[in-house]
Amino acid sequence: MAGVIGGLPDAVLQFAYLIAGVLFIQGLRDMTHPRTATRGNQISALGMFVAVAVTVLWFEILSPLVLAAALLVGGGIGAWLAVTVETTEMPQLVGLFNGFGGGASALVAGAELVDLTATGSGLPVGVTVTAAIAGIIGSVTFWGSLVAAGKLHGLVGDSPVSTNVGHGIKVVTLLTALAGGAALVVQPGIVGGGLADLVPSYWVLVVAASVLGVFLVVPIGGADMPVVIALLNSYSGLAAATTGFVLDNTVLIIAGTLVGASGLILTVIMCESMNRSLVNVLFGGLGSDEESEDMADIYEGSISETSAEEVEMLLDVADRVVIVPGYGMAVAQAQHAVAELAELLEEEGVDVEFGIHPVAGRMPGHMNALLAEADVPYDKMRELEEVNPTFSQTDVVIVTGANDVVNPMANTDDSSPIAGMPVLNVGEARSVIVNKRSLSPGFSGIPNPLFAQDNTSMLFGDAKESMQELVNVYKENR
Amino acid sequence: MTFVGNLTLFVLSAFVGYEIITKIPTNLHTPLMSGANAISGITLLGSVVVAGSGSTTLATALGFVAVVMATINVVGGYLVSHFMLDQFSQRGK
Repeated sequence: MAGVIGGLPDAVLQFAYLIAGVLFIQGLRDMTHPRTATRGNQISALGMFVAVAVTVLWFEILSPLVLAAALLVGGGIGAWLAVTVETTEMPQLVGLFNGFGGGASALVAGAELVDLTATGSGLPVGVTVTAAIAGIIGSVTFWGSLVAAGKLHGLVGDSPVSTNVGHGIKVVTLLTALAGGAALVVQPGIVGGGLADLVPSYWVLVVAASVLGVFLVVPIGGADMPVVIALLNSYSGLAAATTGFVLDNTVLIIAGTLVGASGLILTVIMCESMNRSLVNVLFGGLGSDEESEDMADIYEGSISETSAEEVEMLLDVADRVVIVPGYGMAVAQAQHAVAELAELLEEEGVDVEFGIHPVAGRMPGHMNALLAEADVPYDKMRELEEVNPTFSQTDVVIVTGANDVVNPMANTDDSSPIAGMPVLNVGEARSVIVNKRSLSPGFSGIPNPLFAQDNTSMLFGDAKESMQELVNVYKENR
Repeated sequence: MTFVGNLTLFVLSAFVGYEIITKIPTNLHTPLMSGANAISGITLLGSVVVAGSGSTTLATALGFVAVVMATINVVGGYLVSHFMLDQFSQRGK
């Protein structure tokens, strides 16, 4: 099996994998600061290059052309997607990429099984167990990620499946997948007769796990997709690590485990920011119909509407302004207008900062990425804990496209679905401008008493149009 | 390496990962997610090994598809991260 450099001792390959593993870890370490993060990403990519290059050179490649073609096709598609994507669409793209990682793991495990059977090498228990795990996790990740990406992109609607039927399908498919795995481990050729070479029990497992993946994600609300994607990311890492056990490959184990850890930690952080448990995200929906009734009571007669002209007058006398962006701003692509407004205010000597809730947007840190795209300086972006104590000394807060993350009910109403969720206490500011298309509730489905507060005015309209108008009015009056 | 050896590696990597990743600030979580995602494309290695040394047509075909999917993940993930981080570093100084 010696390839180009295969004549060298096996330790050389292992040593190269060690270097790749170190590069991955160093790359992640550099990600702990924005200043070094770009370098970290490059170091990590270098690690990947080392690992792939060594593997290609080491193992005897039967068809270098096929391999080169696959790398070229995959690289081309990946690069094209990355270059053409809009920042707002990034979460679904990350979800999609993630799915491909999981799918690849499932296919590799399958290919290895087919190969071992065909060459008559037999299937050791260690290989079948890990292949079964990689197959289940990989297939669930692939289909789950596709559904998650589809939901974020608006291609897949929210749950058409009744809960009971859905749970039934999940249980049946999970059991089928596990049975397939058991058959694979106990007696690989148990079914199939002439098809035994194809390792049919493995493919039964893959199909069952695929259906399971779809039904796991379909009932989950679109707003919870970031959590789901982080969790699936963790799964795809674990699938890679398990493949490492199958192929006895150390760098797969190291890298896969790192990804598994990062996905899991991000999942936990997001759940904490929403004050929800993972079980709740995965099995329980937020919001209920009964809540909508009292919405009218809360808003009735206490909503004051404002205009860009009026907001400009407020800004004119303000010393400190905090802008709170949300998903509405992201969807409307209003980040450039918002950034321009912030810059204009600064030129007039106003102290401007951005208050960013950890789960604003569709991925943790999504708002930061969007604002960075619009050239908002890094040091203007404040996290929740930092900005909350400052609201009482703030003249104007502009909430644009955010809803639940500024809902005071999280602090005041213990029975509310978002009770206990850390929120931005914008209501403490002298005046609050809420830019929103309508009074419709956010993803939690509950009304927001902030809108009815005496110091709150509603600036109705699309975030981009409203912010652009505000910029224009502000400029005219300078 | 033995199963126990691999398991040791797995457990130690999990600890190292936890220590590093909990130190990454919230505002870098999106690039982190995308970068970690790209790392999970390490499964490409498995694909390369199988696609390269597959002795049956079916194994080679499966390996081919796996290599394509994994490469999309790797190349796309690193590039998306890079573009995002570039925007941070331009103004982050």
